Amino acid sequence: MPTPPKPVQSTPLYPRRRGIIVGASQGTGAALARKLAKEGYTLALIAPQKNMLNAVCEEINSAEKEVCALPYVHDVTNYDEVPGLLRKIVADLGGLELLVFMAGVNYPPGLENYNFEGDRKMIEVNLLGAMAWLSPVAEMFQSAKAGQIVGISSVAGDRGRIGNPGYNTSKAGLTTYLEALRNRLSRHGVNVLTVKPGFVKTEMLKAAQGGTPFAITPERAAEDIYKAMRKRKQVIYTAPIWRWIMLIIQLVPSVIFRRMSF
Amino acid sequence: MQKNFTQLENFGHSLSAPSYLIKPTTTDEIKEAFSLAKKSGLSISARGAGRSYNDAALIGGGIMLDMRGMNAITSWDPATGLFTAQPGVSLEQVWHKVEPEGWWPPVVSGTMTTTLGGCLAANIHGKNNFKMGPIGEHVVEFTAILPTGAEITCSHKKNGDLFYAMISGLGMLGIFTSITIQMKRIYSGLLSIDAWPVRDLHEHLSSLLDGAPNHNYIVGWLDGTAGGKSLGRGQIHAARYLNEGEDPNPQETMKVSNQVLPPRIFGVFPKSLLHYFMSPFMNNLGVWGVNTAKYIASLRKHTFRQSHAAFHFLLDYVPDWELSYGRGGLIQYQSFVPKETAETAWKEILKLSHKNGLPSYLGVTKRHRPDKFLLTHAVDGFSLAMDFKVTNNNRAKLGVMLQDFDRIILQAGGRFYFAKNSETSAETAQAFYGKETIAKFKKLKKRCDPNGLLESDLYRRIFG
Repeated sequence: MPTPPKPVQSTPLYPRRRGIIVGASQGTGAALARKLAKEGYTLALIAPQKNMLNAVCEEINSAEKEVCALPYVHDVTNYDEVPGLLRKIVADLGGLELLVFMAGVNYPPGLENYNFEGDRKMIEVNLLGAMAWLSPVAEMFQSAKAGQIVGISSVAGDRGRIGNPGYNTSKAGLTTYLEALRNRLSRHGVNVLTVKPGFVKTEMLKAAQGGTPFAITPERAAEDIYKAMRKRKQVIYTAPIWRWIMLIIQLVPSVIFRRMSF
Repeated sequence: MQKNFTQLENFGHSLSAPSYLIKPTTTDEIKEAFSLAKKSGLSISARGAGRSYNDAALIGGGIMLDMRGMNAITSWDPATGLFTAQPGVSLEQVWHKVEPEGWWPPVVSGTMTTTLGGCLAANIHGKNNFKMGPIGEHVVEFTAILPTGAEITCSHKKNGDLFYAMISGLGMLGIFTSITIQMKRIYSGLLSIDAWPVRDLHEHLSSLLDGAPNHNYIVGWLDGTAGGKSLGRGQIHAARYLNEGEDPNPQETMKVSNQVLPPRIFGVFPKSLLHYFMSPFMNNLGVWGVNTAKYIASLRKHTFRQSHAAFHFLLDYVPDWELSYGRGGLIQYQSFVPKETAETAWKEILKLSHKNGLPSYLGVTKRHRPDKFLLTHAVDGFSLAMDFKVTNNNRAKLGVMLQDFDRIILQAGGRFYFAKNSETSAETAQAFYGKETIAKFKKLKKRCDPNGLLESDLYRRIFG
């Protein structure tokens, strides 16, 4: 990988916060990158699609008129690559205070079908990919007694439904993993924020079957995430109304829920 | 390695940079750290007490060696005053060892927590810079390990080019492993101090100039909040050693227990809590009030005796005083200006600070003379150190103002000191060091550290 251009350096009067966004080439990840760059972050953006990733970085750097977004091409299923790449990124950025794990794939099998290949891919990216990145970062933040981890889970993880068992499972696993990390790390001064988006108008939404109520733009989701980061919240839904919707859905007894077409 | 990831800060708590922290206890462990850096493609740096106000002792995302694990005094000869120790030995350890036997470190910083290695890397000066030069002039010999793995010994004569470059070299050429310093003979644990007020900047600087030759130490306090006719007013403290016989009981006054400051005020109030009570005054109005009261109290010209430790280590007087500056911390801006141009230049920057509503909360002046070290900060003139509180609201304004300061100081033929200034640009550094000096330093860097392993955030900012 060629050495990226040097990012702007932190000084007491021009301090920079430093973060990594895994899954930043499009959708909510790219929107959050734009938002954080505007707020004074220096960012390492990670995605497997080189051209899209470079385009996002160039766009951000020219908008901010300084080098504050650096591209790193990486597929999160290359788990062995993570420790070395993480070290390199932290050195390039000159530190690390934030990790956002945003990468996610969705392969709905269809109501009548079962698709292990798709399920496996979703677990490999959405859950194992997250664990590969979050565990070394958690270890670093625990040792430094500082930092924030943001994991993008989903409302889909709150209940197993008929439409997409694999996706539900990957996100339920991620939600639980993030909760466990939170319980481990909060005593060390590290915040773990779980974000549960409902529908966001991105490429992934095109895979969704049926209606997409309360869909929001990626920019709106990025705003919500940034606000929650600043307040060091634990769990947020975006749009916020999903907190109440999911509360009701979670309360529906199985005897009814398993007869629903939802 | 993730387990060593540690949040490190500068002295003013205005900057933080996490690094993989390693605390070596032997030279071999330093060598291992160098090979780890090479293998993992990371930069490596060394720090002592981390007392720099800027990023000299930070390497964000790299490997940081905490040299305080190597803190043995290896030899001390009270007959000759030759003192040899590992680099992690603090000035506190040094004077505790040598003073009871009638010696004192030739040059000390304003705090005794600094380590010998750090003192050499920054080539610190004291309030006696005009007479004794920086600490480097009293180093008889040192050994160091280079990133190549080579171990070298340097003195004025042996490896002279490296001697004059590694001292003042900001730790970027190699890491000190042993340091031998010639201590200074003293005949009392006390100093005789003359204190007198100065009404304005002109009187301030001429007092430093005229007072220096008759004293061993001289330092001025400058009231950064006073403007108009009182611009640059303050108080001078000038000290001299007591001659043999002047102190009837030197054995007693040189005891460590008679030097150190009590940890409690009136025997009850712990000083470690004092900084909480200072915070409410750390604003323009509060500091103006405190400074005005301090100036009025200083109007009486007087002479008194004070212990070495009490006179030198003012920064240790209130433990953790830097915390009173609040969350944004503080930065220090120190400029060294030739005696001919200092008054005009400082008048301009003091006025500018008032115009911006950003007065310095603490101003300290000293008298200096040039030295032969490669990255020297000294001039035949004076220095003015100004502390500024950093807040989210003043950051941008302060940044612009300090750029103006840099321009004024450069025009006056001034220099800067890299244990202090955090906002100096690479261009400014090039302008006062001169292209030739920088080229010479980079050539030595290439020789000692061909793979460029040693880096600090300061180095990246200025030389990177």
